[in-house]
Amino acid sequence: MEIVLPDIQLRTVLPHIVLVIFACALPLLPLFFRKIQRDLLALIAIAGLFLSFFFLISFWNQDLSGFGGMVIMDNFALAFSVIFVIGGVLAVLLSLNHVENEYLNYGDFYGMLFFALVGMMWMVSSTHLLVIFLGLEVLSISLYVLAGIRKMRADSVESSLKYFLLGAFATGFFLYGVALLYGATGSLDLVNIRAYFARHGFSGVLAIAGTALLLIGFSFKAAFVPFHMWTPDVYQGAPTPVTAFMSSGAKGAALAALLRVIMAGLPIGQPEWNALLWMLAVLTMTVGNILAIVQSNVKRMLAYSSIAHAGYLLVGVLAASKLGQTAVLFYMLVYTFMNLGAFGVISYFGASNREEHLNLEDYRGLGYKYPFASLAMAIFMFSLAGVPPTGGFAGKFYLFNAAVQAGYVWLVIIAVLNSVISAYYYLRVVVNLYMRDPERDVVVPKAHIALSFALILAIFGVLQMGILPAKIFHLFQYSVLALK
Amino acid sequence: MFEFYMNHILTIITFLPLLGAIFLLFVPRERESFHRNFTLALTLAVFILSLPVFFQFDASSAAFQFEEKADWFPSLGISYHLGVDGISLLMVMLTTFLTPIVILSSWTAITRRVKEYMIVFLMLETGMLGVFLALDLFLFYIFWEGMLIPMYFIIGVWGGPRRIYAAIKFFLYTMFGGVLMLVAILTLYFLHAKQFGFYTFDYTQLNQLLLSSKAQMWLFLAFALAFAIKVPMFPFHTWLPDAHVEAPTGGSVILAGILLKMGTYGFLRFCLPFFPNASHDFIGLISILAVIGIIYGALVSMVQPDLKKLVAFSSVSHLGFVMLGIFALNTIAVQGSIIQMVNHGLSTGALFLIVGMIYERRHTRMIADFGGLAKQMPIFVTFFMIITLSSIGLPGLNGFIGEFLILLGTFKAHKIYAILAATGIIFAAVYMLWMFQRVNFGPLDKPENEKLQDLNWREIATLVPIVLFCFWIGWYSKTFLGKTEASVEQLLQNVKAKQERIISLEQAMGSGQVKWVLNQVSEE
Repeated sequence: MEIVLPDIQLRTVLPHIVLVIFACALPLLPLFFRKIQRDLLALIAIAGLFLSFFFLISFWNQDLSGFGGMVIMDNFALAFSVIFVIGGVLAVLLSLNHVENEYLNYGDFYGMLFFALVGMMWMVSSTHLLVIFLGLEVLSISLYVLAGIRKMRADSVESSLKYFLLGAFATGFFLYGVALLYGATGSLDLVNIRAYFARHGFSGVLAIAGTALLLIGFSFKAAFVPFHMWTPDVYQGAPTPVTAFMSSGAKGAALAALLRVIMAGLPIGQPEWNALLWMLAVLTMTVGNILAIVQSNVKRMLAYSSIAHAGYLLVGVLAASKLGQTAVLFYMLVYTFMNLGAFGVISYFGASNREEHLNLEDYRGLGYKYPFASLAMAIFMFSLAGVPPTGGFAGKFYLFNAAVQAGYVWLVIIAVLNSVISAYYYLRVVVNLYMRDPERDVVVPKAHIALSFALILAIFGVLQMGILPAKIFHLFQYSVLALK
Repeated sequence: MFEFYMNHILTIITFLPLLGAIFLLFVPRERESFHRNFTLALTLAVFILSLPVFFQFDASSAAFQFEEKADWFPSLGISYHLGVDGISLLMVMLTTFLTPIVILSSWTAITRRVKEYMIVFLMLETGMLGVFLALDLFLFYIFWEGMLIPMYFIIGVWGGPRRIYAAIKFFLYTMFGGVLMLVAILTLYFLHAKQFGFYTFDYTQLNQLLLSSKAQMWLFLAFALAFAIKVPMFPFHTWLPDAHVEAPTGGSVILAGILLKMGTYGFLRFCLPFFPNASHDFIGLISILAVIGIIYGALVSMVQPDLKKLVAFSSVSHLGFVMLGIFALNTIAVQGSIIQMVNHGLSTGALFLIVGMIYERRHTRMIADFGGLAKQMPIFVTFFMIITLSSIGLPGLNGFIGEFLILLGTFKAHKIYAILAATGIIFAAVYMLWMFQRVNFGPLDKPENEKLQDLNWREIATLVPIVLFCFWIGWYSKTFLGKTEASVEQLLQNVKAKQERIISLEQAMGSGQVKWVLNQVSEE
């Protein structure tokens, strides 16, 4: 018997391989060179990210596929991967400003971060359910470790354990869904699944249950309401740079995969499924925003706000048009900038040798003491609230535009009213920064230069995408053509 | 050089303040007098630079002038498109005129965070001019919402004791109206593509759209809500007293003088031409709300113990007149509304300045704390009197022209509203004169008031230009009305023609079909 080896094409996974090599090397370096500075380590990490970035860019427009079609590096995958890498760069930069005396092994930290990135990139670059699952697992396990990386702190460990338990559930749902779909259609590749459904129609308990379970799995990962319960605790307990990375990157990966699954295979697009997604979107936006209002801890507030943002993104997914997918990509990038930027400021204000300043009350009057960081925070808050001329507005504008064109006028009305609700709690941050006098003296240690750099990068991104969005939008518009 | 300037005059006056704001970001905070002088010089320069817009404006044409158009986001039909016509001309001039006055009036009133104050005011000026000049709905919306940020800071940082509440209320109210308008803009954009086959946010293109009366109703409501909150019309006015009372003097002047006009301007610019049938159907409702606003605002003003609150509520009343005039839908009344928008900007702006001057001296705004100021501060009281008389519409001063034209036009259209509204003028005379009497006449019996200084040169300089314009408009309003006439006539003709066309199209199609867009093809 002759075994036919599939066409491997290792070249297609070069960006992943680079990251894996760095992910293995970064935790080892401090063991061999005991004196290595964390700044140098971060620099090496960023070099790795740039290398991967470079490969991603060079693949643009080549429509590579490898491993017998299981890995597809089309423009859609590349665009999302690039967004993830940008998120990774920002997370590395933010991590340097972390509290000095707190135990944090930077080598391990960067290593796990890179593994998470690889997982995310895998999730978006395949139409094969098992590969998507593989990516999901690599991402999740790295994130469990990252959430608990401050192992001496109870809240960090709690965060990690909670995330692990609920994540395991989600994985179970997802895998079960995959299995049922395989049972129904006899294939794991979305292309074949779609072909099967096209021939035989979308019916039968197996197919419906499988799709539903798959959707639940994604909902857990992307934290759609009512599968969001883990988010606030996990986000609060994890170190701030990790929270930042989780809330934009991991969420983005889940959404991108969902988009791919919807577009490539499953007949979500029929009225009943649309109604389901519609409900999910409304619940996610509204519950996220309303719960965010009552939070006094800034990190927790942003956790709930990130739930709401997943809801806005779902509006774009629901539009199920090229415009909607472009808008999702665009919003993902803006969200990466503004969210990581906001968490950057939080980690700056929060960093203190004795205690963390994470409450809204701690921010009182900081606007005049730390003008640059506060201005940055104000810009991110206005952007998150979707006020022009920031990128957050542009992103929402395109999402809602796509949804109106797809006929979801009521959904858009609910979404814009949600933006008004969200403006309330984002404004509270600005109020505390600029409009109230401090009650006690909050002293913040000097920022690491990397943090300032990250903030400038994020501000630039937010404003650029708000004022001159056309170029980026066109690139994304071009990249979603890959989704057939 | 000059030619380049005249070709880009609108862009230059709009973005010069923003550039100034960016420049000030890099000037150290300690150099307060530099911040003040620079901002004053810059806003004055913007005013002078904007003068050619007025003097070179061709009054005989109703078309947009000094137009500038550039691609911004061509694939989505978004362009950078500015232009001015008779409807926006006076608003633009009012903006560039009032801003330096406001900066000058804040000279000593703002002593902390001067740098930030000047920066947000410059940003605000860019936002306001942008709203009046934008001819692309996307661009318009960016200015409309973006302008909230500086105003929010002005109220929230330099305001009174309840400033945070007022600032957030202002922001959320306006944003609430704004986002619904955004949905309407997107729908309009989508419907335009359905009818004409291409996507655009351009004002003149969208104006070609023939919407069914059902579509018009919903879209009109969304637009009108945003504008009605801004005006503010009667049931949506509750943010106004809070914002005005808590805002610093400069903020109140700009808020009353210009921001409120954005609402009425929006009705004229968008609601009437886009949705002629809906506008026609809603005349009754809006006129009734306007009349309620006129009388309610006046009655509430009458019982206010606080000077600033009194002026704030009088705005509700005055803006009611403007709304009434706009929805009378004839040239006289609409012309009156436009000139009344300017008048209100001048006289209410000046009233807030006057209240600010007295507050700076006495740190109270309660009418009961004053009395007999006429003996102590004769210059101040003279200005106060002129402005009071202008506000209540004494012939010979500006207020008379506006109110007279509005009532004349409304009387032609709907007698009953005009008659009811006219009572508002009487009430206005009551509350303004009564307030004036209690503050300025009678015995000078409070010891604190005996030490009051009269106005200094800087304060006189802020009031003199306003008073000059009050007389100018009062005696020779043709300078200003002449510029607006062609545009207003054209606007009303278009509204009428479009309305009749849609009615005939709908009749031709029969009543059975419910459609959003009326196809021009179905005419044959």
